[in-house]
Amino acid sequence: MSNVKVTLFITCIVDMFQADVGKATVEVLERLGCDIEFPMGQVCCGQPAYNSGYVEESKDAMKKMIATFENAEVVVTPSGSCATMFKEYQHIFHDDPVWRPRAEKLAAKTYELTEFIVNVLKVENVGARLKGVATYHPSCHMTRLLGVKDAPMTLLKNVEGLRFEPLPNAHNCCGFGGTFSVKMGNISEQMVDEKVDSAEQTKADFLIGADGGCLMNIGGRMERRGKPIRVMHIAEVLNSR
Amino acid sequence: MAMKIGEGKFKENVNKNMEDTFMRGAVASAQERLRTRRLDAAEELGNWEEWRSHGEEIRQHVLNNLDYYLHELAENLQKRGGHVFFAATADEATGYIREVVNAKGGKKVLKAKSMVTEEIGLNQVLEEEGCTVIETDLGEYILQLDEHDPPSHIVAPALHKNKEQIRDVFSEKLEYKMTSKPEELALHARETLRQEFLTADIGITGCNFAIAESGSVGLVTNEGNAGLVSDLPKTQVVVMGMERIVPTFEEFEVLVGLLTRSAVGQKLTSYITALSGPREEGDVDGPEEFHLVIVDNGRSSILGTEFQSVLQCIRCAACINVCPVYRHIGGHSYNSIYPGPIGAVLTPLLGGYDDFKDLPYASTLCAACTDACPVKIPLHELLHKHRQVIVEREGRAPISEKLAMKAFGLGAASNPMYAAGSKMAAAMMKPFTKNDRISNGPGPLKAWTEIREFPAPNKERFRDWFKEYEKGGGNQ
Repeated sequence: MSNVKVTLFITCIVDMFQADVGKATVEVLERLGCDIEFPMGQVCCGQPAYNSGYVEESKDAMKKMIATFENAEVVVTPSGSCATMFKEYQHIFHDDPVWRPRAEKLAAKTYELTEFIVNVLKVENVGARLKGVATYHPSCHMTRLLGVKDAPMTLLKNVEGLRFEPLPNAHNCCGFGGTFSVKMGNISEQMVDEKVDSAEQTKADFLIGADGGCLMNIGGRMERRGKPIRVMHIAEVLNSR
Repeated sequence: MAMKIGEGKFKENVNKNMEDTFMRGAVASAQERLRTRRLDAAEELGNWEEWRSHGEEIRQHVLNNLDYYLHELAENLQKRGGHVFFAATADEATGYIREVVNAKGGKKVLKAKSMVTEEIGLNQVLEEEGCTVIETDLGEYILQLDEHDPPSHIVAPALHKNKEQIRDVFSEKLEYKMTSKPEELALHARETLRQEFLTADIGITGCNFAIAESGSVGLVTNEGNAGLVSDLPKTQVVVMGMERIVPTFEEFEVLVGLLTRSAVGQKLTSYITALSGPREEGDVDGPEEFHLVIVDNGRSSILGTEFQSVLQCIRCAACINVCPVYRHIGGHSYNSIYPGPIGAVLTPLLGGYDDFKDLPYASTLCAACTDACPVKIPLHELLHKHRQVIVEREGRAPISEKLAMKAFGLGAASNPMYAAGSKMAAAMMKPFTKNDRISNGPGPLKAWTEIREFPAPNKERFRDWFKEYEKGGGNQ
């Protein structure tokens, strides 16, 4: 089988703060036979401004992204929330005869990383090994809006050496919510505290997630409280050997 | 009390209520119980998604033909001898009811649970007229006894209280001497209320769904109090929001099934009642006089707008029962009788942004509400629409935020600016960075680092690494 050409949408959080997650994404996909392309023109998907109600202000970033990924065959991103945003563009440009069709094309070829591995590459075991106990936080946009519910656990349960403890009240949001985390900081604190408490109850060594924003929030709070559990992006887990 | 339940600002209310550990414990355990019961009930029914779509279709059809069905409902009820009054505002509604009560010389008014009567502030108006108004729903009764504590949930109004607190209220107000066992508390309330039922002049109920084809009012209850309120007093008044209507009993059945499962995880409630006007010749019970008050109070101005779908709501509270924000701040923080996600969408529409513009921001847009809604209201999208209206149409966002977002718009969309900004970030943050962590960030980071550590920007960004990696031939 010839190699699959994958164009990476790395997300601004990974680009700036979690470069290791980006490297792991590249390595996992290459091992599965993908050729990786990374257009340097990519910027932020516009979600922070968009979700705060600044729809017009965020449109330039969206158009930039649509144009940047225009020639990609397949777009893969290690974030459920940012993948959701790419799929949202077609609705945002619903009344724009020029940008709507371009946005629809982008939506149709965009995949979140685990969804791409399981549903497109048809791989359920990436050959990863990691010893310890893990718990998994299903991020909200990925499960509810993108509809990717099973792919992460399908891959994780095949990681050799990893045992899973379910996260209590896993369905509850961690309190990130983009600008919510600072705009409603007091509420966000209570939400993330409950998430951290739940993670601690599992006595896991690793808290795994598939969205950089949520992991920054949960991890940052754990570090502040001390005795942190190691927070890992699923790409890093799948790249563990 | 009308829709707005207090004077405090949103943030002040939140800070105060989050200190109430009793409330938070009661809310968290109720949420878990109600959520599980809803999911179990949905699974037992099967094809839940199809039922949801069906419910959504019914509600949309009614909203798109509301004038037709309201006319049909009114005509059919009038044929049966009922009086129908269309109230454009809360004042018109309470004014009409006050006249009905006064014309009958009514002194004692019994009520079944109704959110729309809370919305129009009916109790206060009648009390000012010298009436004794008694709530007969157990939750509402507890709140009324407790110095008119406002409801914190649209289905379980006293959800913020635990059973010990309820015992204390009963001990103080009803000379209750038993334990905090729910059975004993309920029995005591039942015995006390029974005397009131027998001596009431006027009965007032809400309406879950009115049925247009027969001119009936459908009520869904578990305690049986609504049946007594509507049967025993000689005069009955029903108050309904103008959108709470179905074409026929066929749609009524679908929506009741969605409502009871979503609200409390029941296939059916203990009582489902359809009231069709006053007592007719040969009837053994029922009121002598029947009034239906159909309340607009801002609803018609939502019709035809981007917010119309909020009127699909069947008041089941499933969205409230899964909301992770409500879970921590409780219902009273919203300062509205409509709390949680549905309240954060509906309240600013009915009550205006002056008092309620913070509510649409009290959400992470996690979409748990949208997922839970049995009639598929896209609640998180409506919360987002509010934000857009507040920023773009109303121009109410703070200046500092506007500037920041403008800068974001420019920076994020421009490749050179994004590239330069992200490259400089590590150097700019260096003075604040220790062990790759920022614990006390400047500017917009301050609010983040008050609560959590922030990661230092990578010295080598992913894109820098990738450029080098590609030069080296990747994994070849």
